[in-house]
Amino acid sequence: MSQVTMTVNGKEMSGDAEGRTLLSQFLRETLGLTGTHVGCDTSQCGACVVHVDGVAVKACTMLAMEADGASVDTIEGQAAPDGTLNALQQAFQDHHGLQCGFCTPGMIMSAADLLKNNPKPTEAEVRHHLEGNICRCTGYHNIVKAIMAASGQDVSSIAAE
Amino acid sequence: MPKDSGIGASPKRREDVRFLSGTGNYTDDIQVNGQAYVHFLRSDIAHAKIIGINLDAASAMPGVIKIFTGADFEGVGGIPCGWQVTDRHGEPMQEPAHPVLAQGKVRYVGDQIAAVVAETLEQARDAAEAIEVDLEELPAVVDMKAALAEGATKVHDDLTSNLCYDWGFVEENKPAVDAAFEAAAHVTTLELRNNRLVANPMEPRVAIGDFNRATGESTLYTTSQNPHVIRLLMGAFVLGIPEHKLRVVAPDVGGGFGTKIFHYAEEAFCTFAAKALNRAVKWTSTRSEAFISDAHGRDHVTKIELALDADNNFTALRTDTYANMGAYLSTFAPSVPTWLHGTLMAGNYKTPLIYVNVKAVFTNTVPVDAYRGAGRPEATYQLERVIDKAARELGVDPIALRRQNFITEFPYATPVAVEYDTGDYHGTMDALEKMADLSGFETRRKESEARGKLRGFGVNCYIEACGIAPSNLVGQLGARAGLYESATVRVNATGGIVVMTGSHSHGQGHETSFPQVIAEMIGIDESMVEIEHGDTANTPMGMGTYGSRSIAVGGSAMVRATEKIIAKAKKIAAHLMEAAEADIELKDGAFSVAGTDKSVAWGDVTLAAYVPHNYPLEDIEPGLEETAFYDPANFTYPSGAYACEVEVDPDTGKVTIEAFNAADDFGNIINPMIVDGQVHGGIGQGIGQALLENAAYDENGQLLSASYMDYAMPRASDVPFYGVDHSSQTPCTHNPLGVKGCGEAGAIGSPPAVVNAVVDALRSGGHDIHHIDMPVSPSRVWQAMNG
Repeated sequence: MSQVTMTVNGKEMSGDAEGRTLLSQFLRETLGLTGTHVGCDTSQCGACVVHVDGVAVKACTMLAMEADGASVDTIEGQAAPDGTLNALQQAFQDHHGLQCGFCTPGMIMSAADLLKNNPKPTEAEVRHHLEGNICRCTGYHNIVKAIMAASGQDVSSIAAE
Repeated sequence: MPKDSGIGASPKRREDVRFLSGTGNYTDDIQVNGQAYVHFLRSDIAHAKIIGINLDAASAMPGVIKIFTGADFEGVGGIPCGWQVTDRHGEPMQEPAHPVLAQGKVRYVGDQIAAVVAETLEQARDAAEAIEVDLEELPAVVDMKAALAEGATKVHDDLTSNLCYDWGFVEENKPAVDAAFEAAAHVTTLELRNNRLVANPMEPRVAIGDFNRATGESTLYTTSQNPHVIRLLMGAFVLGIPEHKLRVVAPDVGGGFGTKIFHYAEEAFCTFAAKALNRAVKWTSTRSEAFISDAHGRDHVTKIELALDADNNFTALRTDTYANMGAYLSTFAPSVPTWLHGTLMAGNYKTPLIYVNVKAVFTNTVPVDAYRGAGRPEATYQLERVIDKAARELGVDPIALRRQNFITEFPYATPVAVEYDTGDYHGTMDALEKMADLSGFETRRKESEARGKLRGFGVNCYIEACGIAPSNLVGQLGARAGLYESATVRVNATGGIVVMTGSHSHGQGHETSFPQVIAEMIGIDESMVEIEHGDTANTPMGMGTYGSRSIAVGGSAMVRATEKIIAKAKKIAAHLMEAAEADIELKDGAFSVAGTDKSVAWGDVTLAAYVPHNYPLEDIEPGLEETAFYDPANFTYPSGAYACEVEVDPDTGKVTIEAFNAADDFGNIINPMIVDGQVHGGIGQGIGQALLENAAYDENGQLLSASYMDYAMPRASDVPFYGVDHSSQTPCTHNPLGVKGCGEAGAIGSPPAVVNAVVDALRSGGHDIHHIDMPVSPSRVWQAMNG
């Protein structure tokens, strides 16, 4: 066991980790940040996407120790301190971009990464970007629509949510 | 103008806020003080005798608390099956024992041999690797027809064969059906497979058992669609715990799709071990474990024959299906290929004579049970495929052939024992034809061809029986449970309402849509209504959520309880206004006396109920809380027409979905936004089944597609935006909301449209192809084109 320290959502946090402890496990079990979800064990589903030093990472593909000293952003840090949802979160609610909510944290963190690098993605670009995020509930329709809406695009011509 | 509140409005979902901000409470998020962790050692061989298990080295590993094996569960009940099917000859199905941990034999890859409980999960896993298991491998039974061959190895030595049952429906119809085939002008035959699927809700299953020695109460936190059903099955049949000493909590659940209906051995184990060890015991499935332990879905092999007269009227239908049960009977497995499948074979058509034969077969594979649609997708797929083939053989338009044979008068009693109350199949087909822009198809096909691609159009209809179900009927059919639903409506002194429902939401948005109904009935704001579900400690006995039943059955229970509330509130209002009860009217949250300007507000009445200073105590009790149980009079029958347009790359065989349109009749709709979302999700899963997904076993019983590396889940780039239309609405006649349910339609209605479109595309390219089995993968399409 070694102590690992990272800045999570702007706050310095520490905890013990084994060499084999994954970042996803460390966030959930050691730091109690259970918004980051684990939906597979082969790094395909994307429910665990967080940002490490500003880059989207599947937290199950990284050891906690590798994030020692890093700045980590998770779903818990996305809304304003008073709980107001950010524009992307709000678009997901407005366009019914989630059902069971399990893939949602990863979808939000992954989509935020897309919009940072590509502020006005096309439908095809959104769909391609989400290759590493699996949703079983929505058929993706409203997720794609919400992300395009969050980028300021008019989605009213797309079929209803 | 769309409404902005109440029934028919689309308020944003209130549950979204916690899910979007990472503050949901899923089962794996729960940490119970002092919890230990369990890891299951699972068989990696499909069929073997357990010669011995040596725990010495493993038990001495760091952190190990106790290792359990089948021997610890001798005398403990097995996992029960909730439905008994009676075969063609009046005999009950063969029902094998289903131990919590394997006893004597392992019967599928994934069967639990031992359970290691340790201080940490890592310690439990490490110790499991040190367990020495001596297995004597036996031949694996994988193929269903081979399993039924004379002399086949038996999955269960104490059964007479691998045949669970041989079911005929309706058995007395068989001679008449056979005669109709003799007399037919045309017979179309199709053999097909409904591919085995894994439900794959994104949240893997989790169970935490806890025990309080002071009260003797056990608690199970579990990822379930129906916590009361788990309490009943596990308490009464496995562990012998009465309901008042067993609490089952299913908090936020990350998708179900059927596979979280069933009672699983891991739940019983954690509850049992928590008591045995006097410590909470937690199990969290990995995805790899989910593939070999969650009940699978579908897996039917079918021959279907359709008889037509010289005018192309359907005269008879005959099917012969092999349905895989896997190694043990999961909770509702026997009902899926029978009562949820045979009863749907009439579809939307007035075929007068139908005979369905189903042979359910044990194999050395993961148990198979309900997956979104459960039996109804299997029925729809074969029926809508054979109709398409018949249209091609006869050279008639597939839509015209369907329309010609539509049922048009309701109620309609089918020859397969169900009575459709309402429907408008031409209405949904009309809506579909408009959406799908049929007249522009030839132009689009030419554009595709100019780019070297083939383009196809496929259509199908569907009918489903949902809102399950009348308890007295399903009891006759072999269900070992009632299928009512419950609601307690608790009105607080200041007028706010909490509804405790036996329905369970795991993505369906009940916390938003259920309040819309109550708000409409009373005329108050939806924000005054809160929904509680998922905890047997504070909700009335309910059967949970599956079979598109929540609003049709659970919603009806809530309406009945609210009607009782309103009736009592009117008595109180009459007293307060010194008027006759019969004159009291409730509108917009106020009670008034008809023909006068006297009124009292909702809050005045609710306050009087709890502060009964001026109150008719001699006539009625204080308080305002009512419970109702609702048992439906019939199934509900949503229906629809779906169309798919595909492009096929002849060089690679890759199929691209260019358009998908769905016109459904769900009767009345509470929240159109949520209903559309349910259809989108179902279509996504249906396209997944048609193009991508397949749980493939090799001849040794190894699951070849046991991770997301190998099992092709649909991604965002595999599907288009969908067109959905719900303008055709024929309300259900036998429930108070006129609702039919919408959860499964998309998954039922979409696979045949996709395959019909692919066949159409290939035929347009000159390939004489009538069928390709799902998933219609590039290699299968390429092989079909290149012989």
